[in-house]
Amino acid sequence: MNWEILGIWLGALVTLCLYSFLYRDNPFYKFAEHLFVGMSAGYWVIYQIENVLIPNWWQSMVPSEGGFNWIWIIPGIFVLFMLARMVPKIAGLSRLSLGMIIGSGAGLNMVSFFQTNAMAQVKGTIFSVASGSVWSIFSSLVLVVGVVSGLIYFFFSKAHTGVVGKAANVGITILMVAFGASFGYTIMARLSLLIGRCQFMLEDWLPTIPRLLGIGG
Amino acid sequence: MKSLSAYAIFLLLFTAGAALADNADPPESVVTEAAEELHVLRAVDIEASDTPEDAGGSVSLTWGMETVGTLPDSLGIMRSDPSGGEELIATLPVNIVMYNDQSADNGTEYSYWIVSYLGGTVEACSDRAAAVSSAQWIYKGRIGMMIILFLMSAIIFYYIESGKKGKELYIREIAGLEAVDDAVGRATEMGKAVLYIPGIADMDDIQTIASIVILGRVARKTAEYGASLLVPTSRSVVMSVSQEVVKEGYIQAGRPDGFNKENIQYLTDDQFGYAAGVDGIMVREKPAAIFLLGTFYAESLILAETGRSVGAIQIAGTAMPSQIPFFVAACDYTLIGEELFAASAYLSREPKLLGSLKGQDAAKLFFIILIVVGVIAATVGDYWSPLKSVAEFLRKLVTVN
Repeated sequence: MNWEILGIWLGALVTLCLYSFLYRDNPFYKFAEHLFVGMSAGYWVIYQIENVLIPNWWQSMVPSEGGFNWIWIIPGIFVLFMLARMVPKIAGLSRLSLGMIIGSGAGLNMVSFFQTNAMAQVKGTIFSVASGSVWSIFSSLVLVVGVVSGLIYFFFSKAHTGVVGKAANVGITILMVAFGASFGYTIMARLSLLIGRCQFMLEDWLPTIPRLLGIGG
Repeated sequence: MKSLSAYAIFLLLFTAGAALADNADPPESVVTEAAEELHVLRAVDIEASDTPEDAGGSVSLTWGMETVGTLPDSLGIMRSDPSGGEELIATLPVNIVMYNDQSADNGTEYSYWIVSYLGGTVEACSDRAAAVSSAQWIYKGRIGMMIILFLMSAIIFYYIESGKKGKELYIREIAGLEAVDDAVGRATEMGKAVLYIPGIADMDDIQTIASIVILGRVARKTAEYGASLLVPTSRSVVMSVSQEVVKEGYIQAGRPDGFNKENIQYLTDDQFGYAAGVDGIMVREKPAAIFLLGTFYAESLILAETGRSVGAIQIAGTAMPSQIPFFVAACDYTLIGEELFAASAYLSREPKLLGSLKGQDAAKLFFIILIVVGVIAATVGDYWSPLKSVAEFLRKLVTVN
């Protein structure tokens, strides 16, 4: 059996099944969808065990060079707390684990978000707008006005009326222009994905049909 | 015998003459080659010190290289510990003059030296330098950020306390959020389900946390109106949290019997597997209202387009700049960026969340002033130098190394 051709055919059939959704929901799409969801869920279970649980927890607790790091029992206990959801009487224990995840996630992200989304942006905006060519001055002004008016748009303590309203309108207009540019750029990227899939069907799959039928080379 | 002596004297004179001739005018290449053969370059001025402002476990090494001699093939960083054990910790190209030993134990004094390899053997050796690694509590590069964070936290606490004491905390109208109740009401009237998609990130993502808070509000509304709420998730932990939050919402609405755990399902961690699964739910259940709130990537348009095709009213919100355009194009209402985070406070009207939002607004005001003053100072500073230093100070204040 030619496994390569089998793989190409499976890929092509599942692609066609998924694209059949463009017409309407149908059994072929349902089959491909359930196959995709089920297979990927199974894959991620194994992925998490192999790449997260074993290297990050088990091998830290029981190192290959010997010994036992008891401190790693603590995260293990939190894992068991999560599994406690399956036992109604002690299901509340899972809230401890969830609280730990949410709290540590928020705390860790606070510093990095503040650093990258606030401090670095402010620093990048403090510069002289009067240097360079006319076009450069214009670009600098657009940048500074865009940042300030954008911030005013996201100011929730004041109604968007009067001067604040006008500044907020400038902010949302600049944002929409930026979104439009981003939209077009991403559409181009999506089209390249579609072209890639079409190329697979035309260049990899179609030539296998005559080969299977024994026509041509 | 006489002839032998004469021959010896002649040979001596000839050799001496040749030597004198060489000394008088030596070919440069011959001298250089001879010197290089004699001396392989070695590292000099080696310095070892504890890496400053770090979490420990690191020693910084710097050195220079001699300039006259044969270039070695590579350099070896040697280390010895107090027990006398010596080890090679790194092999570096000869043009490198610094190295960070990340394998040092805190509190242990290590001695470092650098050996020069030529042809696989050690041909030269530097002097030694010793250092002890230690951890520092304060990283000075982030002091500016720490001050601003403390200030922000103080303002947030002030507003929270004000809110708790009953002070009215004004928040402007946010269009997408006004439509939440309408969307749930529409689904109830049509006898169809409400579909809530909390994004594809895990619970450690701020957007997912914000989304889950809004889910609580939506759950309470669906419980009050008696509509069915479906929450397919891409992460198992998000599923667990969603089940808790929705259950809480139904209890608060006095309808604990209406809560159905099975409506909050885990599909798959896979991005497009999840998108395929949610699309399937959309076309089969045909929900009347769809909420897409949280972190989204390339699946955003796939989901929003399918939702639009089934005729659902869609309220979306994300802080992913690249995905907002798709939501703006395909959804009825879009919460842009921070509006998603403001939504939880806006909907709940809880003093804690409102106070936090007011505190963030104060921070935004601070940054607006900082930018405006900074830009003016930097621009005028081009012509009047004292203001240049003001701009530099402001830049330094927000610099995080």
